[in-house]
Amino acid sequence: MPVRKVMKANEAAAWAARLAKPKVIAAFPITPSTLVPEKISEFVANGELDAEFIKVESEHSAISACVGASAAGVRTFTATASQGLALMHEILFIAAGMRLPIVVAVGNRSLSAPINIWNDWQDSISERDTGWLQFYAENNQEALDLILIAFKVAEDERVLLPAMVGFDAFILTHTVEPVEIPDQEAVDEFLGEYVPKHAYLDPAKPITQGTLAFPAHYMEARYTVWEANENAKKVIDEVFAEFEKRFGRKYQKIEEYRTDDAEIILVTMGSLAGTVKEYVDHLREKGVKVGAAKLTVYRPFPTEEVRELAKKAKVLALLEKNVTFSVGGALFQDFSRALINESEKPRIVDFILGLGGRDVTFRDLDEVMDISKRALAGEEFDEVNWIGLRKEVL
Amino acid sequence: MAVRKPPITTREYWAPGHAACAGCGCAVALKLGTKAFSEAMEEKYGDPNAFAIAQATGCMEVVSAVFPYTAWKAPWVHVAFENAAAAASGVEAAWKKLGRKGKILAIGGDGGTADIGMQALSGMLERWHNVVYLMYDNEAYMNTGIQRSSSTPYGAWTTTSPPGKYSIGEDKPKKWVALIAAAHQIPYVATASVGNPYDYIRKMKKAAKVDGPAFIQVQCTCVPGWRVPPEKSIEVTRLAIETGMWPLFEIENGDFHNIKIQPPGGGAKVKREGGRVVAIEFKKPVEEYLKLQGRFKHLFKRPEAIDQLREQIKATWKVLGVDVTLPKPEE
Repeated sequence: MPVRKVMKANEAAAWAARLAKPKVIAAFPITPSTLVPEKISEFVANGELDAEFIKVESEHSAISACVGASAAGVRTFTATASQGLALMHEILFIAAGMRLPIVVAVGNRSLSAPINIWNDWQDSISERDTGWLQFYAENNQEALDLILIAFKVAEDERVLLPAMVGFDAFILTHTVEPVEIPDQEAVDEFLGEYVPKHAYLDPAKPITQGTLAFPAHYMEARYTVWEANENAKKVIDEVFAEFEKRFGRKYQKIEEYRTDDAEIILVTMGSLAGTVKEYVDHLREKGVKVGAAKLTVYRPFPTEEVRELAKKAKVLALLEKNVTFSVGGALFQDFSRALINESEKPRIVDFILGLGGRDVTFRDLDEVMDISKRALAGEEFDEVNWIGLRKEVL
Repeated sequence: MAVRKPPITTREYWAPGHAACAGCGCAVALKLGTKAFSEAMEEKYGDPNAFAIAQATGCMEVVSAVFPYTAWKAPWVHVAFENAAAAASGVEAAWKKLGRKGKILAIGGDGGTADIGMQALSGMLERWHNVVYLMYDNEAYMNTGIQRSSSTPYGAWTTTSPPGKYSIGEDKPKKWVALIAAAHQIPYVATASVGNPYDYIRKMKKAAKVDGPAFIQVQCTCVPGWRVPPEKSIEVTRLAIETGMWPLFEIENGDFHNIKIQPPGGGAKVKREGGRVVAIEFKKPVEEYLKLQGRFKHLFKRPEAIDQLREQIKATWKVLGVDVTLPKPEE
């Protein structure tokens, strides 16, 4: 029977790993996700998880060991954040290119300089072009569930791509919430054992992995990563549906909240979605036609769902904890691309906020709404808006 | 009629068809090394194929795994330049969980080992993975076109250590990774050379059979990088041993007081005390080694640089506990 426990998202991630039964975990400590490998090492030490836990000397070696283990044919997991994920960057491309379904838990944190350990999404957003699948959790339950889902999607033969699951630094990683831990047998049935047909290092059937490709083959190899990302869209829907059937919790690539008859939809990811839903309730009481939408899946980018969402509103306000310089946020770029050829499209206003752990308050969201209303009224508006900047510090 | 048993297995793991240069000493190192490894696996586990290879980016990786072909008849994986040791750690851990008997062989060149891969190597060694790390040392970044590495010997020309008005070529002494590896107090560390294949095979087998990490640094020629004729490839590495340029030694469990020295041959006189080599009087001057190679050609106009090189070789031997006499060529 599933049990409910009060825990941090880091512990939820460790529990997800325990339930998924990876054979190899390689990890290096980094704030704010350090508790994930700590907890896993406890599980291993107590015999609650039968895995090799490699205490590597860097995140670069953590992901390299994961690639080695996954290439040898076993389920593999690690956790990291921020600079640690950035240190993995080179190998993230390789993991995707080699089609190794490694799962990484990311305690989403800002990047230096200045050094800052608090939440934004710049770390995983910066890895959006590596070929990895990306999921973002709103709360600790989602952190656990999405890791299990990530394994299932990543290991699907139509996909075979690595996946990262992001959950916000401190807001989730260090905050306790009740989390339902699914029954081990149910997870075993859901995930099954990982038996790869494409990546193994078996002396009885020697294969060569990680070759050199000349121009005659490189582009095709990259295309298969593209194709696998496209395939993942359908697979994710299937796995979400199966997860709901087995565990009763519903997931969608884009979760909508009070969007019917909304004129303005506030779009975001991660834990900010919780704040935004509250805020929508607060405005709805005053009769404002506003809704919210949360991207649970960021890669593959849910283009079709974004187009459907766009039909419902006159203004899409994107609330982003990341910066793509001279563009705005990454979502702004993605949404613009998804909608550019649509005959009818809403105005898109981009908001950069909450960087480096800055709280996002209702007052900030009021500012978001003021600008969005100007866009709704057909007035001039800035496409990119930094919310909550302290002018006196600049 | 009696058929002589071949000195090493006829099984091939590094198969014909790879794209290495004619006379490539490193191809020889990989061919012999994997054969020796296989023999050790047969003797230890009863299965000659009980190994997998994790290899770093480098010339031997590039020439052996050009999609859709492969020269490898063993399970083989390449990840990146600096992480052969880390990738091998992962493979070893996976094999442990899969209950697979055998050993992992990690392979990297001098750039991928002495420089960019040093941290991953140290991590793998101190974590005590059951991995043999084979550093094939052709003494420069040959894959990218002959740039100096920290394993490039003093005085050598490379494209980034060119001799000139203010330069004698590479101006730093060679970094001996084997000594750094030994400082981890791992079960087995050795240097080897394709110029002494019997010694190399023996050491590879020994490394493969120990429980825990082992490290071998094997010197091998790069024909274009050293500017040697292909047919001189083995001769030149043999001369490196015979002139004192390349010490052949073994260090077990980090015991620097009991370093085992392989006699260099070439007429050198070896003096022992209590079974331990304490002094070697070399007969062949280092010039015999240097003159075969275009990369040292400029040194012959700068004899003081060769003297400097002689001093560095002596210093290296001193670390090994051996006093050496290095002759100058007869006038």
